[in-house]
Amino acid sequence: MSSLDPVLMSRILTAVTLFVHIVLATIGVGIPVMLALAEWRGIRTGDMHYTLLARRWARGYVITVAVGVVTGTAIGLQLSLLWPTFMRVAGKAIALPLFMETFAFFVEAIFLGIYLYTWDRFKSKYTHLLLLIPVAIGSSASAFFITSMNAFMNQPQGFEWVNGVFTNVNPFIAMMNPATPSKVAHVLASAYTTSAAALASIAAYSLLRGSKHVYFKKALKLTVISTFVFAIATITIGDFSGKFLAKFQPEKLAAMEWHFDTMTEAPLIYGGVLDENNDIKYALKIPYALSILAGNRPNTEVIGLNEFPEDERPPLMIHYFFDLKVTNGVLLVLIPLLYMFRRKLPGKKPYPKWLLIAILALGPSAMVAIWLGWFLAEIGRQPWIVRGYMKVAEAATTSPSVGWMLVLFILLYLVLTVSAVKVLSRLFRNKNAEEELKQLGWDEQGGRES
Amino acid sequence: MISYELIGISVLWLFLYGYLIVASIDFGAGFFAFYAKFTKKDHLINRLISRYLSPVWEITNVFFVFFFVGIIGFFPDTAYYYGSSLLVPASIGIVLIAIRGSFYAFENYGSKENIVFLFLYGATGLFIPASLSVALTLSEGGFIMEENGTVYLEYMNLLTSPLSWSIVGLAIVSVLFISGAFLTFYAARADDQPAVQLLRTYALFWSTPTIIAAFTAFIYLSQHNERHFNNMMDMWWLLALSVGFFMIALWLLYKGRRYGLAFISIMLQFACAFFAYGIGQYPYILDPYITIQDGATHESMGIALVAAFIGGLLLLIPSLILVFRLFLFDADYVRGKR
Repeated sequence: MSSLDPVLMSRILTAVTLFVHIVLATIGVGIPVMLALAEWRGIRTGDMHYTLLARRWARGYVITVAVGVVTGTAIGLQLSLLWPTFMRVAGKAIALPLFMETFAFFVEAIFLGIYLYTWDRFKSKYTHLLLLIPVAIGSSASAFFITSMNAFMNQPQGFEWVNGVFTNVNPFIAMMNPATPSKVAHVLASAYTTSAAALASIAAYSLLRGSKHVYFKKALKLTVISTFVFAIATITIGDFSGKFLAKFQPEKLAAMEWHFDTMTEAPLIYGGVLDENNDIKYALKIPYALSILAGNRPNTEVIGLNEFPEDERPPLMIHYFFDLKVTNGVLLVLIPLLYMFRRKLPGKKPYPKWLLIAILALGPSAMVAIWLGWFLAEIGRQPWIVRGYMKVAEAATTSPSVGWMLVLFILLYLVLTVSAVKVLSRLFRNKNAEEELKQLGWDEQGGRES
Repeated sequence: MISYELIGISVLWLFLYGYLIVASIDFGAGFFAFYAKFTKKDHLINRLISRYLSPVWEITNVFFVFFFVGIIGFFPDTAYYYGSSLLVPASIGIVLIAIRGSFYAFENYGSKENIVFLFLYGATGLFIPASLSVALTLSEGGFIMEENGTVYLEYMNLLTSPLSWSIVGLAIVSVLFISGAFLTFYAARADDQPAVQLLRTYALFWSTPTIIAAFTAFIYLSQHNERHFNNMMDMWWLLALSVGFFMIALWLLYKGRRYGLAFISIMLQFACAFFAYGIGQYPYILDPYITIQDGATHESMGIALVAAFIGGLLLLIPSLILVFRLFLFDADYVRGKR
């Protein structure tokens, strides 16, 4: 009991920390790209509305970054506090990406500090914009390194396994394992999508509240179209991930799809429930789709769950995570499409209320998709912590105090989240964009600089 | 050829020293900001403090992350021993760091006016160095135990040990001393005479307890870990240098001139003492469980880490220089004109 409990508690605490951190990390990776887009457009066209957009986003971004640094430090330390045996063993294989991540973080921290406090300090406007390049590279590189470490846990390689120890490690091969490319690409693309979608939600919210200024319409256009482009990229890369799973981690794909018997021409299952005999009921079956997902051809053979021993199968509930995630992904393409064809839709208003409400939903649905995607990836690896080598139960701490720490951290995250939301909303309400435009004298037709 | 694990620990020690300096400035500033508000002198210094800290606090935090990630990378056994035994104290440390980090996030938006939040900010500025310094105490041995494959912390030993309390005391007073001296220099750059005078009294006030606490901790170390103490005594010249730099700094502060040089002397004072302490601990990282040789990661990983480190440094040094030029040595910025 005393050695089992900490395992479960450690899992929950890690999950809770990541649940909070991933929101901030995703925004941290994606927003610099959106900032660069807006500021660049502002400089190139001389339209100061875009410059103000970048400024206002940056102001809110500081808050999310600061809280993100806090939760990131927490998970960094918790890796060793909650999973000491894992870090001792796996650290010999994956220390390199973890170490390089801190450098990427360093670069991001340095240039973000400079970017935020030098809006009016350089003669050329491009100098300030160029500061965003190291910020974006730093945040994306840190996503790359951390994700490659996670990819190693899914697809370990580059070592010899002798008596429970990784020896003869090739750090570079371990880092560049087969799971790395598709995982990193998917993480980056989905982070860009989610950030664009969250900003689109904000613009839609302002318009819904009755703001008529052209500033908000420009914001809406920039963010919704970015969401569309990034979402298409995310879905395309997601398709590669499916093919990757079919080849390298078939038990995860099989559990995702409730695919029990190995077969060709495998159907894709959407929704449904399982009865006690593992028979699928009330599901939507799309013929051949799983085979096509796995190998682009209807006669691709897809390995079924029955090929794996029962104690090495992932939990079957990940099926729902996958279905919901894909649904959200599709919405992230469809809603922007509706926006782009809004003038061809019935009705005379260019910004009908229902469309704005749909756009408002983009941010939350993208965020939910991120959560679901991580639940899917992490729970789908169960019971392994390093797939094929180390099980979760062998890796956790034996400390009996994990339960109390769980309570402590839940309280901390509640306080952090509530204060961050409060401060963010106060920030935008206290100084609304229309007043700020007037103050800066950027309010002329077309937003030209005065 | 010098071995990779020795390069690793030297580099990490250097970074820990870097963190000690930048974090001290940060932590001490938090306490001074609160204290100044409490004594109604905040109008003199708080704007100055936030002008320096806002752009650099995140960098300070990265120094810390860099150190603990680096030590786990080079010496994975540290994750096992320290990780297993420190769950509760380190978690409390994370919460303190979180309170502090969120202060920076929220400070521009009203929380600075809130005395409760400012109190928390000032208090964490003292609690965090106190709790981090405990890790140094633990490395001396006798507090972390391993029995039947379970690692645990001897809380009673730790809480009743004069060594641990003397190190905590040293951490707190040196934070205030370093920070006071740096902020004096920064205020002098800004040509802000009232702030210079106030901060100079803070720095002078905390100098005496710093040197007393240092000697106290040294004496208790001799009782707790004789090997470490004797090793340090072999480097008596380094300790003497440290005291010498302290005297120079004190003289300059007292005379009220060359504050930049005074701060550099303080940096050298702490560098000498810190390296004498670190070299004296060789070959142990955690006495007696982890030594530098046995605890190190495989050679291939060690070399990759050193390579990554050199590459990272090539990026880092120019970037840090840029930050310093923009926010520290740009007189117009410091004065608040930009």
